[in-house]
Amino acid sequence: MSCISDDLLARYATGDDLPEETLWVLEAHLETCPECRARMAVAIEADPELPALVESIRLEIAPRLGPGRGRLWQARHRLRRTLARWAVPAILPWLAMTVAVPLAATLLEAAGPDDMPPLLLLIAPLVPMLGVAVSWNRWTDPAHALVAVAPRSGLPLVLRRTLVALLVTLPPVALAGLAVGASPARWLLPGLAFTTVVLAVGALAGVTRAAIGVTVLWSLGVILPTLSDLTDPVLLDAAATPGWLAVIVCAAAALTRFRYRFQLEGTSR
Amino acid sequence: MRAIEEERPLVWPVKAEGLSVRAGRRLAVDGIDLDLGPGVHGVLGPNGAGKTTLLRALATVQPPAAGTLELIGQAVHDGGDLRAVRRGLGYLPQAFGYYKRFTVREFVEYLAWLKELPAHDIPAAAQRAIDQVGLTARADDKLRTLSGGMVRRAGLAQALIGDPALLILDEPTAGVDPGQRQELRTLLRGLGRTACVVIATHVVEDVAAACTDLIVLSEGKVAFRGTPDELAARAGDGGDELTSTFERGYVEVLR
Repeated sequence: MSCISDDLLARYATGDDLPEETLWVLEAHLETCPECRARMAVAIEADPELPALVESIRLEIAPRLGPGRGRLWQARHRLRRTLARWAVPAILPWLAMTVAVPLAATLLEAAGPDDMPPLLLLIAPLVPMLGVAVSWNRWTDPAHALVAVAPRSGLPLVLRRTLVALLVTLPPVALAGLAVGASPARWLLPGLAFTTVVLAVGALAGVTRAAIGVTVLWSLGVILPTLSDLTDPVLLDAAATPGWLAVIVCAAAALTRFRYRFQLEGTSR
Repeated sequence: MRAIEEERPLVWPVKAEGLSVRAGRRLAVDGIDLDLGPGVHGVLGPNGAGKTTLLRALATVQPPAAGTLELIGQAVHDGGDLRAVRRGLGYLPQAFGYYKRFTVREFVEYLAWLKELPAHDIPAAAQRAIDQVGLTARADDKLRTLSGGMVRRAGLAQALIGDPALLILDEPTAGVDPGQRQELRTLLRGLGRTACVVIATHVVEDVAAACTDLIVLSEGKVAFRGTPDELAARAGDGGDELTSTFERGYVEVLR
């Protein structure tokens, strides 16, 4: 079919009663001809009845949009939507609790005698890791069954939540550490190493299980001996920095290798 | 023969060969073959027959223990693009948790974002899905204020987001009141014209009213495959007034 005449196009655009077979041929042509589609868009815009039609549609859908849809509602809706995309709505109380433990240790340390063991320094490396475990956990994410089959589910979503967990947990612990003389330089690198290890091992065994495992090992291997001997933990000395860096590199490599496991429900949580 | 071949879709939404799936240590689905195209496919069977496990496998939650599974032209858990499959998939599990402080709209929009819909399409797509399940008037109510049936409909709305080519619904009308069930069946029939809808249900009326095709599972194997009329035709003589021919046919194929 050659291109549609202006007259026919205008009649079609304004909803004129055209014969069935003309409509069929015309619509078939419009599907394949971008030029006629563009001409029809112009013809529709020129329709004097269009503003009235738009207004009638607006009036019809306005009640469905409901009251309170002002700027405040929209701003609040946008904020809640953005927050939800970065953090599971249910994890904030859990993250707060994760931060509360080292803060309690700080208070205890500050109020205790001078030879009190460095409680915060010992606990601080575990805090970011526990924050991550909380954020990728089926008990704190009630919608995990729906999240699991979403295309966005997987390592990028885990890393998104990890970033939030780090942003929420690190600043208060750093401030508390400075108050009792536990410099972040000593615990931050081990903390990041634990976080990476938990994600890498968590891809295979579940993040929560991995976090429990690291906590138990750190408690038995470092916290308890330090508390009983009242000595400074060697693993938090500057000399251990290359070791922690090596752990981070190895764990990151393993995480990259097994990242697909985060797409499967039940294995990584 | 030629005409029949031409009617088949180029890419089967579901194609399984010798599919076995475990539920814990038990082999809940045991070596079944399935080719499902557009339409509403009902999965029936007694408790423990493997319905939910089969649906979990079709929803990419549960990896196959043996056999092959292709969804929307992609192999699942075997080098296929799982993300591409999930973009074309809508899933309503038998039981699902939700964020109680979310409104229906926030919940559906969040799931739409997880489904990687373009940001500017999300509000309209969410509104359309909410309208489809009849929750328009409650769209801005918090989920914790809704009844169980309404929460189920909100769950169905998130499954409909993005017009999925493959829709997996486990007990979609559970807890929904009779009037709404009727509307949901009409909705399912409409969706089945273009999409492959797989529903597991115990509600006989749903199957009879919405399904074009039935799969009856028994101990993890396919005991029957055919139309509702064909299942009803299996009904033997006897029965009482309270038992439909459809139900008698169902009992018959499980013998």
